[in-house]
Amino acid sequence: MAVKKWSAAEVARKVIENKKLFILDVRNQDAFEDWKIEGHQFSYLNTPYFDLLDGVEDVLPQLPTDTEVLVVCAKEGSSIMVAELLSEAGRDVGYLEGGMKAWSMYLEPIKVGDLAAGGEVYQFVRLGKGCLSYMVISDGEAAIIDAVRFADVFIKFAKEKGVKISHVFDTHLHADHISGGRHIAEATGASYYLPPKDAEEVQFEYKALEDGLTVTIGASQIEVGALYSPGHTIGSTSFVIDNKYLLTGDILFIDSIGRPDLAGLAEDWVSDLRETLYRRYRELSEAFIVLPAHFMIIDELNEDGSVAKRLGDLLAQNHGLNIEDEEVFRKMVTDGLPPQPNAYQEIRQVNMGKITPDNDKQTEMEIGPNRCAVR
Amino acid sequence: MNITKSLDAKGLACPMPIVKTKKAIETINSGEVLEVFVTDKGALNDFAAWSKAGGHTIVDQKEESGLITFYIQKA
Repeated sequence: MAVKKWSAAEVARKVIENKKLFILDVRNQDAFEDWKIEGHQFSYLNTPYFDLLDGVEDVLPQLPTDTEVLVVCAKEGSSIMVAELLSEAGRDVGYLEGGMKAWSMYLEPIKVGDLAAGGEVYQFVRLGKGCLSYMVISDGEAAIIDAVRFADVFIKFAKEKGVKISHVFDTHLHADHISGGRHIAEATGASYYLPPKDAEEVQFEYKALEDGLTVTIGASQIEVGALYSPGHTIGSTSFVIDNKYLLTGDILFIDSIGRPDLAGLAEDWVSDLRETLYRRYRELSEAFIVLPAHFMIIDELNEDGSVAKRLGDLLAQNHGLNIEDEEVFRKMVTDGLPPQPNAYQEIRQVNMGKITPDNDKQTEMEIGPNRCAVR
Repeated sequence: MNITKSLDAKGLACPMPIVKTKKAIETINSGEVLEVFVTDKGALNDFAAWSKAGGHTIVDQKEESGLITFYIQKA
């Protein structure tokens, strides 16, 4: 039996198309429990590769014969070894090229809608990490919001679409992933915007992203309007695009809300978070389509793989938006929070331009789930 | 510490450091110590988990400019 090499893109299709897949994850138990490839219809077996060095007989009966089997490890080396052992034992299996490292880096662009006067909105879904980035395209121009580290993916996509990147925004100073915003701006000559309240310590030039700022993309009057919405960070800013899409950054997600503690100031920011979620957002049209900067669980994906929902639906269904009592709310977003993202303090320093680790180090810093939300 | 055997796994990527360490530890007696040099960062977690699974004890480990050294006492 030949061992099939799977790309991260092929695994992403299985997730988005709601297909079955059996994953034999040969990393350590800790690594598997912390973070794995999530799919609606995926099933799993976690057996560390070092338990299989003397033979794979023990796992053979546990592998299905009616579902494709994919062996996964951190980088790929161990998964190739295990896949070959399984293959020698007569099983038809594949391995994930580049392992979890490649999975963490893969971006799937999905169109989430059209703009009234012509143009499109794309969401870049980073399935392995739960990060969502956006590109708004109109009349030869593009704006990018909350770009992840892989600047070249966005630059290439814009090139394919024949558009020039003119504006690059970060809704806030990210703590869970390294922003690609500054590098995209440097490479394309676009302006890079950050909320000044988040950017007090940054080491580079940026334009101020402030409440009420409006920019026009293309000649077709597509407006991108900023709405100050603090709570996850003190500078967190949302965007209203084309009077239809509400980009909430890390303040409001589909099935959860932002956590206020990643800059160490949960107690101080909890009332800002409350104000944003319970007053500012409630003054907006319920017909707005919420486009967040993250998803936390695979159930938040729509059928086409996108992550988007009407604001009205979220106001009715999202638990974090329906806690009447302020004290209960305060307790929920400050007590018993999930563990903080891997290396989040260092990631903030990279995003401030204070440190510039090499590519491998950056990859390592971003390993693991994003954990920006409170459910 | 009395080192019975030394293994150079520098420059090797996962899974080879563990594969070689497993073979090497089979050649020493219970209670004896194997010294292993590795440069693959993934080894930090893998050696801990592998030793635990096999009942071996990492009696000491150090990391110096990218070189990781484990001292593993056989179960």
